[in-house]
Amino acid sequence: MVHRIDKDHNRFREIVRGRIKKDLKKYVSSGEMIGKQGKKYVSIPIPQINMPRFRFGKNPEGGVGQGEGEEGDPVDGDEEGEGQAGEDEGQHVLEVDVSLEELAKILGEELELPRIEPRGNKAVETIGGAWRSIRRTGPESLRHFKRTFAEALKRQIAAGLYDPEDPKIIPIPADKRFKSQKMVTQPQTNAVIIYMMDVSGSMGREQKEMVRIESFWLDTWLRTQYKNIEVEYIVHDAAAHIVDQHTFYHLRESGGTKISSAYELCLQLMKQKYNPFEWNIYPFHFSDGDNWSSKDTEHCIDLLRDQIVPAVNQFSYGQVKSAYGSGQFIKDLQAAFKDDERVVCSDIQDRDGILPSIKEFLGRGK
Amino acid sequence: MGNLTPEMRLIHEEVKELARNYGLDTYDVVFEVVDYDELNMIASYGGFPTRYPHWRFGMEYEQLSKSYAWGLSKIYELVINNDPCYAYLMRANSLTDQKLVMAHVYGHCDFFKNNYWFSKTNRKMMDVMANHGTRIRKYMDQHGVETVERFVDSVLSLDNLIDIHSPFIKRDREPGEAPPMVQETPKIGAKDYMDRYINPPEFLEEQKQLLRDEREQHFRFPQEPTKDVLKFLLENAPLESWEQNIVAMLREEAYYFAPQGMTKIMNEGWAVYWHSKLMTQHLLQPEEVILYCDHHSGTLATSPGQVNPYKLGVELFRDIEERWDRGKFGLEFQRIEDEDVRRDWDQNLGLGREKIFEVRKIHNDVTFIDNYLEADFAADQKLYVYGFNERTRQYEILDRDWTKVKNQLLWSLTNFGQPSIYVVDGNLGGRNELYLYHDWTGVDLQFEMASETLKNVFSIWRRPVHLETREEGKPRLMSFDGKDYEFRELSPSKEASEIVGTESGKEGSQP
Repeated sequence: MVHRIDKDHNRFREIVRGRIKKDLKKYVSSGEMIGKQGKKYVSIPIPQINMPRFRFGKNPEGGVGQGEGEEGDPVDGDEEGEGQAGEDEGQHVLEVDVSLEELAKILGEELELPRIEPRGNKAVETIGGAWRSIRRTGPESLRHFKRTFAEALKRQIAAGLYDPEDPKIIPIPADKRFKSQKMVTQPQTNAVIIYMMDVSGSMGREQKEMVRIESFWLDTWLRTQYKNIEVEYIVHDAAAHIVDQHTFYHLRESGGTKISSAYELCLQLMKQKYNPFEWNIYPFHFSDGDNWSSKDTEHCIDLLRDQIVPAVNQFSYGQVKSAYGSGQFIKDLQAAFKDDERVVCSDIQDRDGILPSIKEFLGRGK
Repeated sequence: MGNLTPEMRLIHEEVKELARNYGLDTYDVVFEVVDYDELNMIASYGGFPTRYPHWRFGMEYEQLSKSYAWGLSKIYELVINNDPCYAYLMRANSLTDQKLVMAHVYGHCDFFKNNYWFSKTNRKMMDVMANHGTRIRKYMDQHGVETVERFVDSVLSLDNLIDIHSPFIKRDREPGEAPPMVQETPKIGAKDYMDRYINPPEFLEEQKQLLRDEREQHFRFPQEPTKDVLKFLLENAPLESWEQNIVAMLREEAYYFAPQGMTKIMNEGWAVYWHSKLMTQHLLQPEEVILYCDHHSGTLATSPGQVNPYKLGVELFRDIEERWDRGKFGLEFQRIEDEDVRRDWDQNLGLGREKIFEVRKIHNDVTFIDNYLEADFAADQKLYVYGFNERTRQYEILDRDWTKVKNQLLWSLTNFGQPSIYVVDGNLGGRNELYLYHDWTGVDLQFEMASETLKNVFSIWRRPVHLETREEGKPRLMSFDGKDYEFRELSPSKEASEIVGTESGKEGSQP
């Protein structure tokens, strides 16, 4: 039974995304409901397809209402969702519910990315749920009697409604507490992404922005493929450092470029923390293709061939175009690893090149 | 049948017994306990889990499940007009809620069985829907999902073009022979010397004209303008047999659902009346009172700018009951002007209960409001008419005058608040073109949407199609010939509107 609606639902989602029945796309409207998450108001998108019908137009819009008010008073609350949503507190309404998972799914569909087949199996552990938590909302069947009682008691005492002679406790909805499941997530297969970026003088703001966008999407996709994922960031100019995410995207240094420094640090990281037998390793390296010397490039290729590539799922090199770089490095890499499937090189000319490049990186399902 | 827990089964027995004692007359009711996701799914299919596949149900489902997940709304009851009457209960609801819903369901089920507007609905709709599902799936296998779905989409966009009164009208005289050409004028038999007095020339001319009209009417196609556009298409459009079957099936479903749209206020009002009666007078345990009140008042809550059918319905039923209990009806009462006398009027007639059973039998929302909504009620219920103020750019309360409130309500309920469209001519100019007529009542169509809909009519009729309508009172003709869409002015043609002979007249009756 459930299966059947899933089929209709998927078909609807596909029409909304414009993947099938493109002639219906023009009838899609984006409605929303206003919901509440904690204290914040959030907007929940409800896409709808309005089939054309013979209907009345708008001109005499109006109707019958019920309630207090003088003639000429405004009629509030004609909005959808709950009454005064967003009014009292002047809150910002956040868009929700295009979850990252959904985005990744769309990305996967758009680029026709294959599912990644994890290498090496670490013992698979399951996800368990324990009824250890308490929430303020929930179905009646999960109501926690004692907690609810305690809340009601507290409230009645505080409000002076409690009479020890006649100890009647009457819970109101706000007193209710419900049992809730606490999800315990345990890693199944592990993956680590190691981002390396050239931050030498030739990498400008635009180049970093491109890397940022691209790595965000790579990250998003890989996260849907692995339950547990670690991310490491390495920046380099003439020397390499491990940095945090913020620094990775914002740092601008000047100076020369010695790519091997990054590869060496990457290798060191793998040896210390990420045993290739337990981890699926995805190093990504972005640079503008300018290296200090051809000698260093040779050293890089040696490092890759002998140590890094055999240990990882796939080594990806993305070269962003910059005004200063020679762009030589990608050619050297391609020449050295012509027949090696584990090394993927991608040339990213501009922002429009990001999507095809993601496909190049992830299209192999490794 | 059903999968109630023993505890719930006991409650069901109790509710059934009580309902019967109050005179509610229902089919057997089968309760099915489902979880929230199943309930959302069944609700998306309009209550029929075995329906044909269509993305529209998926759309419904997305909306229901999102709004449930975010705690914005939750379905309490889902009842199917069928024999036996199927009703769904949500597993996670408290026992108090289940009681309430069961009592509520008995109200609906009594209404389905006894209200006149439901008397022509198929009571084996569960089976019919399943058959429709099987057939449409089979067509999808034969002709491809895309093809069949595209056709279903076109028909769905026209499925409001039915005549909700047609199940009650005996028509379809066999299309016998055409009346003869006028040769000799039928005379009233008279002696020669009396003939020119009994059959004066004017009279003869009139008779001739009548015959000519009758003959002309016979050759008109359709003979009389019909509001059942779907039926006309079904019988006359050049459709393949599977397409014909789809039109027939979707039309049948539209007619099945129509009475529910016509009686929303009454049906909900009736169900609320009975759940509140059964709960407050019999079923409620002391510890359940707060929960019950909470949920009951949630059901009846009003929000500005909207009429809550549950609230309006139950209040009006209660008002009628009280008025007939106290004899507040009839000429004598109506003539009283003194408010105090009116308020305290009581003849101890006790006719209320009997009256509301009668009302639930013969009325629909339009006649219900038309007959029983009166000044005192509108004032008690604080009803008002609102509209958009161009100057302040907001919706404002316009009037509390009860006649205006009533007119506005009736207007919005008539024909489900949708435009009335007729087939006037199926062979326009002898070219097999379809001529539709919109009976304009003061409000324009949404033209952009209408043009798209007209294209869907074309995709079924497969010859050029036209729709006569009006824009701010001025006649317009929309045409689509398969390639080009045209929207043009029309020299005021009285013909079509006279043919249709509208009840409402041509002037705007929108309050």
